[in-house]
Amino acid sequence: MIMAEYLIPYISPWLAYLLVGLVQCGLLLTVVLLVAAVCNWLERKVSARIQDRLGPTRTGGRFGWLQSPADGIKLLTKEDLVPAAADRRLFLIAPYVSFAISLAVYLAIPWAGGNAFSADPQKAHDWTCVRLDAAVFFIMAVSGLEVFGVILGGYASGSKWSLYGAMREAAQVISYEIPLGLCVVIPVLIAGTMDLVQMGNQQSGWFWNWYLLHDPFTFATFWIYITCAVAHTNRAPFDLPEAESELVAGFLTEYSGFRWTIFFMAEYGAMFAISALAAILFLGGWNGPIPVAQILGLTWEHGAIAGYAGDVLGFCNLFAKASAGVIFMMWLRWTLPRLRIDQVMTTCLKYCLPLASIMLAGVLAWNFTLPGRMFFGISPGSPPRMEKQAETMDESSSEGVAVSLSRDPQERIANWQFQIANCKLND
Amino acid sequence: MELLTQPIGLSHYLVVSALLFVCGVACMATKRNLLGVLMGIELVLSGANLNFVAFGSPYLQSKSLGMDGQMIALFVIVLAAAEAAVALAIALNYYHTHATVDVDKADELKG
Amino acid sequence: MATDHYPHMPPINWPSVFFLFFAITACAFAVAVVVTGNIVRMACYLVVSLSAVAGLFFLAGAEFLGAAQLLVYVGGTMVLLVFGVMLTAQGPFVSMRTGGGQWVMALLIVCALAVILISVSTIVPAWNKPLPANEKPVASTASESARLGMGLLGLRTERLESPPDPAAGGMSGYLLMFEIISVHLLVVLIGAAYLARARRRKDEG
Repeated sequence: MIMAEYLIPYISPWLAYLLVGLVQCGLLLTVVLLVAAVCNWLERKVSARIQDRLGPTRTGGRFGWLQSPADGIKLLTKEDLVPAAADRRLFLIAPYVSFAISLAVYLAIPWAGGNAFSADPQKAHDWTCVRLDAAVFFIMAVSGLEVFGVILGGYASGSKWSLYGAMREAAQVISYEIPLGLCVVIPVLIAGTMDLVQMGNQQSGWFWNWYLLHDPFTFATFWIYITCAVAHTNRAPFDLPEAESELVAGFLTEYSGFRWTIFFMAEYGAMFAISALAAILFLGGWNGPIPVAQILGLTWEHGAIAGYAGDVLGFCNLFAKASAGVIFMMWLRWTLPRLRIDQVMTTCLKYCLPLASIMLAGVLAWNFTLPGRMFFGISPGSPPRMEKQAETMDESSSEGVAVSLSRDPQERIANWQFQIANCKLND
Repeated sequence: MELLTQPIGLSHYLVVSALLFVCGVACMATKRNLLGVLMGIELVLSGANLNFVAFGSPYLQSKSLGMDGQMIALFVIVLAAAEAAVALAIALNYYHTHATVDVDKADELKG
Repeated sequence: MATDHYPHMPPINWPSVFFLFFAITACAFAVAVVVTGNIVRMACYLVVSLSAVAGLFFLAGAEFLGAAQLLVYVGGTMVLLVFGVMLTAQGPFVSMRTGGGQWVMALLIVCALAVILISVSTIVPAWNKPLPANEKPVASTASESARLGMGLLGLRTERLESPPDPAAGGMSGYLLMFEIISVHLLVVLIGAAYLARARRRKDEG
């Protein structure tokens, strides 16, 4: 049952759907805008601490927490310039394209487990805007499109700096998409599904169920993922597109005021989204290191209130992990010097890509030798995961892609039969 | 108004894909820029893909193509990407030798 | 309050609304691609049009395919855009005018094609009527990409219940096609890299 259906007895259906849609869009937008504002403030504070300064302290009393709104107001009052040589139409829409795409990633990110696998489909719900079967794939696809706005802006500015910045960004993002995709495939391979809700729920329980600690290869993959994610979002040390020392401000050179702010929010939105994806893929998503919710009985088996409380806890967990990822990216930015463009491409093509391929092969080999085992092969698979498989039969519906390649033909056929049974149950 | 209240049928999808196809053909016929011709090809392929997906969709017909439609569309997407890669390489080579991407200038093999 | 303020009007069918939105976007931007002369703008419109087609895929229940369209197709177009900028951003190549004769010929062909295609796509009565409400498939496509994956491995999951078709050789899937395409992609990768490799001019030594 979706939210709008609760409203239908009271108002006309189309108004209900419209209202609920607007509310959901508004919520999502608020999250992204708040994240951007907080990240902006955090960036100042983190950079200040790393450089042994204090950062903003005065605006808004303690900690300078009003710095971002103050900055926002300042930027809003600035003149919105369009250079004479610019392709006016494209120049004006480019920031919005960038922001809209960065927002679209959030459509498929689940924020908490919910009771997505409840036996009663009427009650089943999850904390996702749109729960997609191929959510991981969708997120990868959309986050790869973010470069579109930057290319547009860089080209349309009619300035050489902007064009160089945009071309660098295009080369960088398109190249890093390949190792990033390979890194994302590895947890998908272990989970046997591309549905993020299922992937998160498979890692429930203690922290040793996280895919980060599944085997040595996933542990290494996580760091490759982080490297590629930083490059993918154009953060330092990979921020060549806006390298101040060479390109003035890269694709941002000609932008000012509000449109510049939009580009910035898109960047922070992308950072947060890619950190949230990392949290779900490798760090257990909404499952904390210690299963506090399960220990306290805050699960859906104990009623709706307990379930919601557990979900809120899970949401906080995911949010904390994603924020930690963002802070890690800031830490990197203010610690490492910027790479040269050839070094950036070398890192991608000569190091990240081969390493990611090796990790993929390694995880495959590991799964053949120690199927179903967690925590570097020590733990014999987590009990909650097994339970879930039994009760939903939904969990491993595509696990066969990994498992069914086993050597023994009889075993393979048995695996397929298992698959087929699952497929039928899902219909 | 009827369109807004009635469910969509297969022919709606087919009309959209026909329009995309036609636009692609027009693009291929009128553009002199090699990359523009390539974009026309992409439009044509995407129109064809939409056709396959529509015929394979269980939401539009009770007796649909099933998985075949999606599978063929998937293969078309992959092949289109491959085609674009080769065509771009050719375009790059052509640009290196002729310093232009105008297809009308590429008539050196004309007998 | 009344359940429906407009009893004479049937409730809005939201998939249709989204279909119209995506369809109009796709077609309008496809036309814009044809009309525009500037290569970069063309590429931008093409990206929007192809993304709208991806939206149509999502509406038709092909989620995996929609994501693939976004990743491969739209991403590929983005590369086209980059090349367009690289090859044409400097100087006289930004827009190449097409002669009037070409436009007339193109219009003739296009109109003929449009008339044929659109009449064909509306001519079959079974295609015109939407799926009856009682035959709606279950909204969940929870295993759609798993099915596609099994199909690529050579197993047609949806044909398991139907009797084996002697002509089709049972439940044969797409394993062979998958392999051929994999090899094809490898060939293309090598070929494109060979074609596009940086070559020194002879006069440079």
